[in-house]
Amino acid sequence: MSSKTSLKNSVIDWSSTIDMIDNVRIDELGVKERTSSLATRSIKKDSKLEGLMKIVSMCDLTTLEGEDTEGKIAQMSSKAMTPDPSDADVPNAAAVCVYPSLVSTAKNIVRDSNVKVASVSSYFPSGQAPLESKIVDTQYAINEGADEIDIVINRKAFFEGDFRKVYDEIVSLKEICGDIHLKTILEVGELETYENIKKASLIALSAGSDFIKTSTGKISSGASREACLVMARAVREFADSGYGVKGIKVAGGIRDSKDAIRYLVIINEELGAEWLTPEYFRFGASSLLDDVLKQIKKLKTNSYQSSYYFPRG
Amino acid sequence: MNNWEYSESIESEKIVNIEKKYGNFIDGKFVTPKSKQYIDTISPSTEKILSSISIGNQQDVDYAVASAKEGLKKWSKTNPSERAKYLFKLARLIQERSREFAVLESLDGGKPIKESRDFDLPQVAQNFFYYAGWADKLDIAWGSEQYKPYGVVGQIIPWNFPLLMLSWKVAPALATGNTVVLKPAETTPLTALLFAELCEEVGLPDGVFNLVTGDGSTGSHLVNHKDIKKIAFTGSTGVGKYIQKSLAGRDVGLTLELGGKAANIVYSDAALDEAVEGVVNGIFFNQGHVCCAGSRLLVQEDIEEKFIKKLEKRMQTLNVGNPLDKNTDVGAINSKDQLDKIEKLVNEGVADGGDLFQIECELPKNGFWFKPSLFTSVQANYKIATEEIFGPVLTTLTFRTPEEAVEIANNTEYGLSAGIWTEKGSKILWTADRLEAGVIWANTFNKFDPASPFGGYKESGFGREGGRHGLLSYLKVSS
Repeated sequence: MSSKTSLKNSVIDWSSTIDMIDNVRIDELGVKERTSSLATRSIKKDSKLEGLMKIVSMCDLTTLEGEDTEGKIAQMSSKAMTPDPSDADVPNAAAVCVYPSLVSTAKNIVRDSNVKVASVSSYFPSGQAPLESKIVDTQYAINEGADEIDIVINRKAFFEGDFRKVYDEIVSLKEICGDIHLKTILEVGELETYENIKKASLIALSAGSDFIKTSTGKISSGASREACLVMARAVREFADSGYGVKGIKVAGGIRDSKDAIRYLVIINEELGAEWLTPEYFRFGASSLLDDVLKQIKKLKTNSYQSSYYFPRG
Repeated sequence: MNNWEYSESIESEKIVNIEKKYGNFIDGKFVTPKSKQYIDTISPSTEKILSSISIGNQQDVDYAVASAKEGLKKWSKTNPSERAKYLFKLARLIQERSREFAVLESLDGGKPIKESRDFDLPQVAQNFFYYAGWADKLDIAWGSEQYKPYGVVGQIIPWNFPLLMLSWKVAPALATGNTVVLKPAETTPLTALLFAELCEEVGLPDGVFNLVTGDGSTGSHLVNHKDIKKIAFTGSTGVGKYIQKSLAGRDVGLTLELGGKAANIVYSDAALDEAVEGVVNGIFFNQGHVCCAGSRLLVQEDIEEKFIKKLEKRMQTLNVGNPLDKNTDVGAINSKDQLDKIEKLVNEGVADGGDLFQIECELPKNGFWFKPSLFTSVQANYKIATEEIFGPVLTTLTFRTPEEAVEIANNTEYGLSAGIWTEKGSKILWTADRLEAGVIWANTFNKFDPASPFGGYKESGFGREGGRHGLLSYLKVSS
């Protein structure tokens, strides 16, 4: 995998990108059938515990509300570092995900831990702003200390057929990010068709994104397992073409362990177990973590515990 | 390497209750075989003996046919809507006890529980529901002509989908007013025996459904019985030919559903990732023990390399092992005999010059297993390109143009099914028009519906099962 990782930050030129997009062919029923067949995997015992632990380590604990305050961010950041103080086996979450204005608060708390601070930017969630504003927004988050940046694609340009503009904007934002992890949100609920999702995935990957992410969590239709499968196949095609190994983040509406495990299965079987690390797969979630912690307790102690045994996040 | 292995998730065997020894089901009850001969039925995944079944002889078959003949007197005069009631009851009972049937099917036959649970059993129940619906509508099914049931029907079914093939045959036969003597395959008799218990439970009139277990000799007695009016057979082309010869010169109806060597045609403008799934499903479903399996992959030459790479990668993710593990994708080969046949053909393929790819996986020590396999660099004259392997072995051939694809696809003695993969609707229609196959799937494979007739061209047999046309297999024009 070392040869692939060396290519990680490279941008794939536009003509190669166009080649990939033009060759996008997806059969909707085939995607649905494969997804529902993978959903019948029965994950029990050790593999379940292992999966749940992975999910904790892949969580981007997220709050993106107008009502967010320093106090709320402090609580969540602290929880990300030690999700279950009563069990030392439970790993820390991957990151906390906040608005730019709260990055420094989060960073101050997680500074000495493995937890990263991710910030949404680029006029999240709509992306309806000129590139200059998106750059300012992103630069601010970086200056505040963000380790990771979650941007949104320009859906206006996408639906107007201006794929080049979608690509160029991401390239510009990746340029100012440098080594900072860039996650590009496709907003699959707006793209709707699997063909659109695959095209947007390939554009975002070519433009230098480190991750492609399903959703903002700000519209009613969030992540879906089908979208995850299509994105996984885009990532696979990208890697198979020798363009580098990229990650996927699923976010929006994933609330319980059972659902989260089904996403893990998709990644495991479509991409392979090497993708099952926080470096290449993440969950954006707020309430998922508590359910996962409960399930871990259940597996270890054979009894369910109430929410109040776990710290608030 | 960071690996995430799924822990075993075994469907419990406790739900099934297998007797040590089974007799035949004749005249509404289980009876001791007159042959007094028994054979063990084993689990192909462990070689453990599950039970002993009788090898029916001439006397047993005589008894069963006589019972069916007696049963016919009442059954043929039973109000069609009453016949429908029995079939509806059977359908509901099958649904209620589907877990039990599924476990039994996987134990006795070696197929993965996820297939017996999610495919076989739902289809079985649907077939009974479907034909129950036709029972009192036969006059509108085929216009005003006068159709009558054959009478006593002999049905011989294979080991690959034991209960499903039973439902394909028994449901339409009973719906149309025939009575049945059924002989299941000797390696997979258990679900048919459990079905006989259900017939008892719903109070199906005596003699309407009779079951004689046994081997080829039993089947032969049935075929040659003077009071049989119709034979329905699913199995190998060799046996099918033997049956047809035996029946020549007699006024006995016959339908045959035999072998296949289906082409799965992948054009370069197909959605390749989904085509890979379809090709995998086409050949590795039920260990390739499927008469309509897509056993010949015809891939357009310009994408061969890319497609084979994707296919091999996907094959490597197949879980091979314990059929009762809910995560098993490929189970056990049905019998030692079948394993020997597969091994022999594969060895010949290698000797002929084919490139063999097999997935890396550990196979259980006991039982009969064969690794999912893919042949490339195959020429059309190799045996593996023409003969039905009936195992998890896919043979690849390439083509340049649609004309050539059709030519290769039809260049076989069989004609049961075919698959077409392309995003161009016009190309699907063009190709389908020219393929000589009973069932053609486009951008999918192995899809079944009780309402859709199924059957073959050429040496894949004749007659149709399923749908409105399936009724005709059990009705005779009487005017």
